Amino acid sequence: MDFLQTLKIALRALRTNKMRSFLTMLGIIIGIAAVIAMMAVGSGASYVISQQIASIGSNIILVIPGSTTSGGLRTGSGGAQTLTSDDVKAIMNECPSVALASGTVRSSGQVVYGNLNWSTLIMGGTPELFEIREWPVTAGRSIEQQDVDSAGKVCLLGQTVADNLFGSSDPVGKIVRIKKIPFTVIGVLERKGQSPQGTDQDDTVFVPLRTAQRNLVRSNHTTSVGALMVQARSAELLDKAEEEINSLLKQRHRITGDKEPDFSTRNLSEILAVAEKSSQAMSLLLGAVASISLIVGGIGIMNIMLVSVTERTREIGIRMAIGARKNDILLQFMTEAVLLTILGGLIGIALGAAGATIVSKMLSWPTLISIQSITVAFFFSGAIGIFFGFYPAKKAAGLNPIDALRYE
Amino acid sequence: MSAVIVLTDIRRVFIMGDQQFEALKGVSFAVEQGEFVAIMGASGSGKSTCMNLIGCLDRPTSGSYLLDGLDVGGMDADQLAEIRNKKLGFVFQGFNLLARTPAVENVELPLVYSGIHSKERRQLALAALEQVGLAGKEFNHSSQLSGGQQQRVAIARALVNKPALILADEPTGNLDSTTTLEIMTLFTALNRQGITIVMVTHEHDVAGFARRQLTFKDGQILSDCQTGQTSQTLLKA
Repeated sequence: MDFLQTLKIALRALRTNKMRSFLTMLGIIIGIAAVIAMMAVGSGASYVISQQIASIGSNIILVIPGSTTSGGLRTGSGGAQTLTSDDVKAIMNECPSVALASGTVRSSGQVVYGNLNWSTLIMGGTPELFEIREWPVTAGRSIEQQDVDSAGKVCLLGQTVADNLFGSSDPVGKIVRIKKIPFTVIGVLERKGQSPQGTDQDDTVFVPLRTAQRNLVRSNHTTSVGALMVQARSAELLDKAEEEINSLLKQRHRITGDKEPDFSTRNLSEILAVAEKSSQAMSLLLGAVASISLIVGGIGIMNIMLVSVTERTREIGIRMAIGARKNDILLQFMTEAVLLTILGGLIGIALGAAGATIVSKMLSWPTLISIQSITVAFFFSGAIGIFFGFYPAKKAAGLNPIDALRYE
Repeated sequence: MSAVIVLTDIRRVFIMGDQQFEALKGVSFAVEQGEFVAIMGASGSGKSTCMNLIGCLDRPTSGSYLLDGLDVGGMDADQLAEIRNKKLGFVFQGFNLLARTPAVENVELPLVYSGIHSKERRQLALAALEQVGLAGKEFNHSSQLSGGQQQRVAIARALVNKPALILADEPTGNLDSTTTLEIMTLFTALNRQGITIVMVTHEHDVAGFARRQLTFKDGQILSDCQTGQTSQTLLKA
């Protein structure tokens, strides 16, 4: 018996009971739609996280000064001013696993242009900072070493700051006042988007490190820096670089034995890798919940196929009397079940994709529908048909032709 | 003439729990090619069991059965299905057509299972429908046909594979007397074309169309007589 004929018979059987076929399919439709939508939402989330990881730059270690105690008040980590520009130089020169390092200082304040003003984060940094963070300018030029050496009064604007102070006009070459000191805008940075913590990375003004140390930050020593950003030569060398930094700084700061270090290091990529993993686990969990509904749908298919076999006992008898072999009957009922689940699967994929799109539009949550998840859903729905269709089909094929013919 | 059916000492024992019931107690007879045989008997006489065995729907407990020269006794279920497909045509009391399916597709069904290509299938089915006088009704669904017409479709379906034997199980049981006459006339005509027919019935006037009557009682053959085609003679008159 040729496959086309089998398919034709199966289609006719499904058409005969349209409503029943649809309701049976509904279980699969909902299951597949849920899987597709959940996977889309889940992988959308991991996509965002991996984007954010990329936005920080790769293989980054943060070195943060420790806390300080003044008058019985501890400032919390980062409060002490124990790290200096010399530490940065030493790390660059003496740690073989380190590619780049930049000291930074941060402050916040009002930036004024004409009659507009904007309160923002002001960061001092060296040219390496923009290399480490892979953050180029879209207009003008970036901060260069001579700007740092000469403590030039120049600044780079993040996109958000540029938008708020200049609107659509070109800020390059204009004079802005930062904490009442005039600075020349030398460039505008590319848009970076949100950080993993959800802050707007473009709401920042960058100035040369030494300029910031001298003019913008109150400090005892004009060479102290707030935090160091260090880039390892590769992802494999990340841990080694962290060790090297730790031992070098301990040595330089004369910290021996059990003495609490006056700094700490943080491996950013590691933290984000954990975040990404947890979001993957989340989407796996969502997928698992959705596949339970698929199993329930499959049981529904099995149930209806059993009813169908009983209802059509006489038809099976006729087919057997006329010369259908066991396999012909088996294949016919299997085809019917698989047709049900695959049709349901296709509708489910369409609905799931539509649902994911609506979610991403309404909640502005990014979703990602991968070809992979569609393929998996399609074949999975077929597999459900085979798995849950087998028992009823086997039952039909095992009928005794005489009994089947006499069945009322 | 060669024998289409040779049954030798056929026994069929049904086992239900501890009880045994012997439906056929050593039946032997032969049917030659071109014969029209009516099998008669009260219910429980063993005629239906015999019919199922002849139709390869059931296997005897002991004894041998040659169908068209083939020993059917040792065959498995799939081989029997193939024999039913190639050698036998069934006509049932309840017509047993597929609902919501056009007449021509019902007739095509045996050809579907023998793996004949769709174009040839359609041609053969249309020819068989014409042979039973249903030209013009090929694409009607069974629900749009009268009982007599439905039985004609069933006969066409039995004929389409050019079987060695047509088996009819109470073919007129669901029909009124006029239609009964029509169907039996059709059977007679087919038999005159050389088709072997074995028919189970409990109605004497229907059995009268056959040229030989086998009567069963208590699992054995009570009588086997050539009738001289009384009803057929009546028809001509």
